[in-house]
Amino acid sequence: MVKYIAKRLARSIITLIIIVSIVFVLMRKMPITGYFPNYDHMSPEQIKNSLHQMGLDKPVAEQLFIFIRDVVTKGSLGISYVYRNQVPVTEVLAPKIPLSLKLGVLALLLALLIGLPLGTVMAQNKGKIVDKIGTAFIVLIQAVPAAVYFLFIQIYGTELLNLPLTFKETEARTWILPVFSLALPNISYYAMWLRRYMVDESTKDYVKLARIKGFSERRIMFRHVFRNAFVPLGQYLPTTFLNTVVGSIYIESLYSVPGMGGLLVDVVKRQDNSMVQAIVILFASVGIIGLIVGDIMMTLLDPRISFAGKKGSR
Amino acid sequence: MGMRFKNPRVEKLEESVNEAIRTKLSDEEAFKVVPFDEAAVERTGYSNYSYWRSTFRAFRKNPVAMILVCIVLAILAFTFIQPYLPNQLDSFNSNINPQTGAIFRNLEPGSKVVLEDGRDFTFIMGTNELGQDLWSRLWGATRTSLLIGVAVACIEAIIGIAAGVLWGYVRQTDIIFTELYNILDNVPSSLVLILVSYMMKPSVGTLLLAMSLTRWIGMARFIRNQIIIIRDREYNLASRCLGTGTLTIIFRNLLPYLVSVIMLRMALSIPEAIASEVFITYIGLGLPAEVPSLGNLINVGRKLMLSPTLRYQLIYPTIILSVVTISFYVVGNAFSDAADPKNHIN
Repeated sequence: MVKYIAKRLARSIITLIIIVSIVFVLMRKMPITGYFPNYDHMSPEQIKNSLHQMGLDKPVAEQLFIFIRDVVTKGSLGISYVYRNQVPVTEVLAPKIPLSLKLGVLALLLALLIGLPLGTVMAQNKGKIVDKIGTAFIVLIQAVPAAVYFLFIQIYGTELLNLPLTFKETEARTWILPVFSLALPNISYYAMWLRRYMVDESTKDYVKLARIKGFSERRIMFRHVFRNAFVPLGQYLPTTFLNTVVGSIYIESLYSVPGMGGLLVDVVKRQDNSMVQAIVILFASVGIIGLIVGDIMMTLLDPRISFAGKKGSR
Repeated sequence: MGMRFKNPRVEKLEESVNEAIRTKLSDEEAFKVVPFDEAAVERTGYSNYSYWRSTFRAFRKNPVAMILVCIVLAILAFTFIQPYLPNQLDSFNSNINPQTGAIFRNLEPGSKVVLEDGRDFTFIMGTNELGQDLWSRLWGATRTSLLIGVAVACIEAIIGIAAGVLWGYVRQTDIIFTELYNILDNVPSSLVLILVSYMMKPSVGTLLLAMSLTRWIGMARFIRNQIIIIRDREYNLASRCLGTGTLTIIFRNLLPYLVSVIMLRMALSIPEAIASEVFITYIGLGLPAEVPSLGNLINVGRKLMLSPTLRYQLIYPTIILSVVTISFYVVGNAFSDAADPKNHIN
């Protein structure tokens, strides 16, 4: 087990280094205007000097080495020049990460809290009206781009339910719409897969045996079917992470939440190269962590899965 | 393969058996000993089973999917016909009121006006802030978005199949592709989309590149897994022993097996690509304003959503967008059900 996790971690770190390198090298190909807030008013001389100060005139390989060294030794992700003037990126991010994390975790919990019962109820009533309504809901959420229903939740959520339009960390009421919107894609995702796996499981022989033994349908559903159907859901955890990250980009800028997702939209619009680079790398790490956690959860939940066999399948 | 045979005699035989079952023959008649007939045995060797015919027959039984196919085809056709219909305006021109000289700003849907060239005109879906005709903009946008979706699906299929075949068939490439997969599969595709669009000039080509960059590997992996499963089956071994070329084996023996799933993945790629376009426009890295796309229209409408009188500018594009994406999603899934030979038994 330990050996498997160590191997898995090593692989992820290598992947991360490769991603960082690619992102870094690509970012060097960007116009250097992305490092200066007032590029048009600077003389070539000044630009040359500042570039030298920032260390941007060194060979790309050396810059990359310095960047990775700084990440490892100082925990530094570079310096923002446009979005903020000469402020370390980590300092810009520091107040934003916990907020995004809180939002994401709440949304994830809400998704489990609604998605799992929904999937169970649909599986229990397969083919009946509840199942049909649930399926329609799932198709709607899966097929329609998130941007669209996020917008309509904001319009009608604020108008009909009289909820506030912008987010304030201290006011609980302002959390309702963002968290619910962020949870919605994952609610449908969990409900869809749990229903499918439960329907598959409920035709298996051990369920028949349980029925013959005279257990109640409730007990069979929860003690037997649900537990077996829940296991494969572990593999959807990475997708859930990604859903949340991408969702947070929309949600945070829609409700002006001062978090990471909204920040990405801001720095892209302001063309701050070092901020874009740092956030892209951070989000990529979130994706990779999601994959590892998903893999480890699978092995913990299901004793049948061997520790060395699976290779990140989706 | 016996796919192309359409043997009326076998059909007749089938009918007579069905007839026998329906009319409930007596046991004596049903279990009558029939003399051995070599010709009849030969006949049963033919199968009039046709994969595609059965697929379409199964598909036709799903009325919702049939209706949605018609809707999608109608929308697709209309986006191309619309510019050639009489009395259409250019989607980019700002229309000017000849009496006041001001542009027709934010006219309500159905507004009747007299244009500069003196003809009467009805803005079916109203105009936007710049006085552009939303009706023609909407159809132009649908055309662009569908084009992006279909192009991404095709690129994904072509590169994915080629790479997958190479990956599954040439053992030396396995390590390279597997490592590449491990990396690419770890990178969130929306981040690649953001990064590529951030770096390159906004255009349809940029979007296509950004979306295709990560998508193909999923398809390639799927093809590779299937090829490894069926590569060394007896019939392929036999083909190889008989001297059939590798390419012929791939195209005639392997790929026909995978058509249904390739089609499913392509059908699902289309709504995903359209959604990605909306996403990237939302971030501010989308297509330039001259190119109408559903992402552009929704992004403009989004800024106006708080004033209920202008909300039509958001609602029309979202309706089209939702209809198109839901249709492709449902049709794709219905098709993959229909293409599964298990569902061909009537």
